[in-house]
Amino acid sequence: MSAELSAKDFASEQEVRWCPGCGDYAILKAVTRVLADVGAQPENTVFVSGIGCAARFPYYIESYGFHTIHGRAPAIATGLRLANPELDIWVVTGDGDALSIGGNHLLHALRRNVGLKILLFNNEVYGLTKGQFSPTSRPGTRTPSSPAGSFDSPVSPGLFALGAGASFIARAIDVDKQGLGGVLEAVHAHEGAAFVEIYQNCIVYNDDVFSTFTAKENAADGQLHVKHGEPLVFGVDRGKGLRFDVATMKLEIIDAKARPAEVLRHDETNSTLAQLLLAMQPPEFPVALGVVHRNPRTSFEAAFYKHHPTGLKRTASVADAMRQTSTWWVK
Amino acid sequence: MESSHDIQAESIVVRFAGDSGDGVQLMGTQFVAATALTGRDFGTFPDYPAEIRAPHGTTYGVSAYQINLGAGPITTAGDAPKVLVAFNPAALKVNLPLLDDGALVVVNSESFTARGLTKAGYTEDPRKSGELDSFQLVEVDITGLTLEAVKPYGLSKSDAGRSKNFWALGLVQWMFGRDVGIIEDWVVKKFAKNAVVRDANLAALRAGHAYGETAELAAALPHLGTGKASFEPGEYRGVRGGEALALGLAAAGELADRPVIFCSYPITPASPILHQLARMGSLGVGVFQAEDEIAAACAAIGAAYGGAIGVTSSSGPGIALKTEAIGLAINAELPLVVVDSQRGGPSTGLPTKTEQSDLYQAVYGRNADAPLPVIAARSPSDCFAMAIEAVRIALRHMTPVFLLTDGYLANAAEPWLLPDMRDFAPIKSNAAKGPAGKAAIFDRDPKSLGRPWIAPGTPGFMHRIGGLEKDIRTGNISYDAENHQAMTHLRANKVAAVADFIPDQTVELGPQQGAVAVVGWGSTYGALYQAVRRILRTHKSVSHIHLRYLNPFPKNLGALLSGFDRLIVPEMNMGQLATLLRDKLGVEVIQYNKVTGQPFQIRELVRFIEAQLSASVHVGSLPRVMHGDRA
Repeated sequence: MSAELSAKDFASEQEVRWCPGCGDYAILKAVTRVLADVGAQPENTVFVSGIGCAARFPYYIESYGFHTIHGRAPAIATGLRLANPELDIWVVTGDGDALSIGGNHLLHALRRNVGLKILLFNNEVYGLTKGQFSPTSRPGTRTPSSPAGSFDSPVSPGLFALGAGASFIARAIDVDKQGLGGVLEAVHAHEGAAFVEIYQNCIVYNDDVFSTFTAKENAADGQLHVKHGEPLVFGVDRGKGLRFDVATMKLEIIDAKARPAEVLRHDETNSTLAQLLLAMQPPEFPVALGVVHRNPRTSFEAAFYKHHPTGLKRTASVADAMRQTSTWWVK
Repeated sequence: MESSHDIQAESIVVRFAGDSGDGVQLMGTQFVAATALTGRDFGTFPDYPAEIRAPHGTTYGVSAYQINLGAGPITTAGDAPKVLVAFNPAALKVNLPLLDDGALVVVNSESFTARGLTKAGYTEDPRKSGELDSFQLVEVDITGLTLEAVKPYGLSKSDAGRSKNFWALGLVQWMFGRDVGIIEDWVVKKFAKNAVVRDANLAALRAGHAYGETAELAAALPHLGTGKASFEPGEYRGVRGGEALALGLAAAGELADRPVIFCSYPITPASPILHQLARMGSLGVGVFQAEDEIAAACAAIGAAYGGAIGVTSSSGPGIALKTEAIGLAINAELPLVVVDSQRGGPSTGLPTKTEQSDLYQAVYGRNADAPLPVIAARSPSDCFAMAIEAVRIALRHMTPVFLLTDGYLANAAEPWLLPDMRDFAPIKSNAAKGPAGKAAIFDRDPKSLGRPWIAPGTPGFMHRIGGLEKDIRTGNISYDAENHQAMTHLRANKVAAVADFIPDQTVELGPQQGAVAVVGWGSTYGALYQAVRRILRTHKSVSHIHLRYLNPFPKNLGALLSGFDRLIVPEMNMGQLATLLRDKLGVEVIQYNKVTGQPFQIRELVRFIEAQLSASVHVGSLPRVMHGDRA
């Protein structure tokens, strides 16, 4: 095929219009780099988005793109997937788009296991409408629509995805080049729905909301980078580990050096472990990052085309089909 | 032997009624299948409750099936039944007011117990109260005779009783002088996997027929006979609107040589289309049952973006949910077919009853200036041609298209002269004209204003589309004031351009100009046609004009309508076409509106039109709005 493409070849001519310092820039850079690294073809790559700051993403990638309506990107992408299962389809969404107005579509795209690469940019706030609290905002978040602090219970994107039956759940931080890059490569390789929650900093309306684990000084104790088959350790010198306490059915943090045999090993196919890892919250626990859950199963489009073995090619004629009932002749 | 109360007529309207679990719909469809083979024209209409299994014996649980059969052209299921078969007192009570004078009423006597009468709300047995004096009452213990007939098969009493629809069907077949062979064949095929049920149904069917033979000795039962229809030569089948529409969509796929992806969420009365298409995989049709109405519209848009023929289908409330997505398809200039099987509303309204009240929603019902083409089928078999037409317009102009049908059309059946697929022109889609590159993507066809349809996967044409306003040339996002004005004009002109491609409006019946034209659209076609035909026999000047293209109208419509002194617009809504005619053509019309959930009756239309014909006063002094019979 054509010569190898670089990250720059995936940047469109359009001027990027996010706020200076927005976490989206780092994500855009990581995505274009991974597209180049995995040898994606621009004509076979499609970015579908809904509404919100994150939803501008398709304009900035030199590929096919569809900026749709609020919350509906997974539904539109599902139809596209059925029409052409050969494409690489990425859905870019935000916490409001995916979990508020579009919660239903995300739920069903995940349970059906539609082959979509879903990147949820979570900044715990509505950006494009100027800073109202979102379904992932923590209680007490003060915004123009919650001047005394919000009082909704937030939804955890990862636990939502797990509950929906997602076959792939990962997490990454916008500016973590290595972590995000690794996750995106895994996303690209996954068949079926791949769901990624990206902690994305909104510098204008919710700055530093993730600093309890993203700030340099908090990173070691605040982040647990999981890897299939390896011990679940974190902290300075990887000195802390996770242990499952059978009596309480809870995780606890132990000294990994002193009690290495008791440290859990990551099993990305184990949904019970995924549940425990995704529920961990700072400051008591680190935030689990990387591929937390991966348990491949038949994708929706594979099942669909199993019912349409000819790939929606005609094997019968309408002229015959209309006669599949009793007919009579009038001379 | 001839009986004095035999019924011989050009056509006869027969109605079967019972509990929603009594199998009257099955009985009706089998009676129709048998009728078709005797060379009679027919029109049918099932009238069933919204409840799946309403409490036994109640009036609101009554399900009915009406068939109008005989010499053609038959274009409706008929006004007043001449024959009623009622399986219980509730069925009698609900249907009695509909019957023609002197109608034959066959009742299942076993069900006329004190309890059955009370449940139906009768304080007195109608068989004894004199209420039925003007009808021919025939009492038959249908349940008892069915149980006796199926006794050898060892079924429980309740299972055995379920064959009573076949027993009654056997009897009705006898009254029409037919045997039961064709129905036997069907039973053998249908119940091939359940020998006991098959044999019980066959026994009941034969016993009902034999009962006629025996009872004839006492001249207790009338013979029924109708004229034969003179059909155009060709191959026919019976077809319901839902079936014809599904086949039409598949045919459009064939004509366009593209797959059809049908995305829908179950809703009454649109679901038959979903069910039909789910069995059409070999015709290149993929079906996606979405999580909700919005997802169904969006997935169809996604499929269209991917190069397939995207179709979504619903009824009024579901269409309302799809509205924002339809706006996206307008803005992104993607082809999409939206099928609206209208029902009574607003809100949940009357799910199983028919209405034509989504015309405003289709033509005007979106935020901003968001025009789109709207067409409507007028009969069950017309759904086939109009489905093809909807796809043709969508692909030619790169726009969503509304195809309106309704609860009546979805379920009503009629004979269908099977078309020759070679008579349909292939459906072309717009390909990029220029070489690969951005310039070609929004280089629209100068006549249709449709842009090229370029699906992801096509090398060299990468581009972005969306719901934001775009530059008229490049397709890039544009907030420019003049550009938005130009794009708004473009969207309007594109829909207006549809008129350059559609046929001129013709007059169905009657003179090309004259005193009165009856102007209708959609499923009222059959009733309007018959009403005008009846009046024409009295040598009065009246014409029938029926619209299939509602937005835009055919180019000649204004000139055509100006040839009539008065325009009568009967609709099963409060005057939506009337509004559209005033809005687009500036003509004044006389409305006739009915929203009872029931189709028009021919006789009510005749009465209204004749009153208008005999009124010597000038149109200006006539009442503008008249309301239909409350059936």
